[in-house]
Amino acid sequence: MGITVEIPTPLRPFTGKQASVEFNAATVGDALKQLTTTYADLEKHLYTDEGRIRSFVTVYVNDEDIRYLQKESTPIKDGDVISIVPSIAGGRHNG
Amino acid sequence: MAILRLSEQIAQGIRDFGARDYPNETCGALLGTDREDGREVLALLPLTNRREDSPRNRFSITPEDFRTAERAASEQGIELLGWYHSHPDHPARPSEFDREHAWPWYSYVIVSVDTGKPQQMTSWLLAEDRSHFDFEEIVIRDSASAAK
Repeated sequence: MGITVEIPTPLRPFTGKQASVEFNAATVGDALKQLTTTYADLEKHLYTDEGRIRSFVTVYVNDEDIRYLQKESTPIKDGDVISIVPSIAGGRHNG
Repeated sequence: MAILRLSEQIAQGIRDFGARDYPNETCGALLGTDREDGREVLALLPLTNRREDSPRNRFSITPEDFRTAERAASEQGIELLGWYHSHPDHPARPSEFDREHAWPWYSYVIVSVDTGKPQQMTSWLLAEDRSHFDFEEIVIRDSASAAK
């Protein structure tokens, strides 16, 4: 048993339609790194060109937002569930 | 070309929300079915625009609202297909800001609202390499013939 990463619907085309995948990892960052290494096309949707998690991507560990934990350094253990949850933003340009 | 089917009632609902919230941007979720021959929106879930600092030219839907939309779709046995929002006094074309913040797969419906009156409505899908939006054809059917 490892860490489960739940994949939101819009990203499933990049994971062979899998709704969740399992990895062995010690931190959230490790798990996400394995995810984007295994499914390379996911990286541009989750990370900026500078390697930071995009502002509209929220990552939870067992329903706790990692921004309020230790961010990508948040330790995880077997049985934990990481959820990638979209926030949605947009709008016309001009001031 | 991808197709997004709406009943006239659903289309009018998006226009009405755009007019109601003018001059701010309206926003909400599109719930429906996704089949090989196209998508069909069967219900709307209006959501609160969380961008209190600049609601006239931005909209924001929080992760909590996202989960509410997913739950609403699941309870109705349908899918969360995408999102609608309005462009007050601006064309119904996605902005660079829209593209930078978009997710793949979702349908993004935009209705322009000109001095309070809804005008053109378009739908867009983000390209897989995030470089641009592709146009998604909206097909509006009268309510009597819309699939349930």
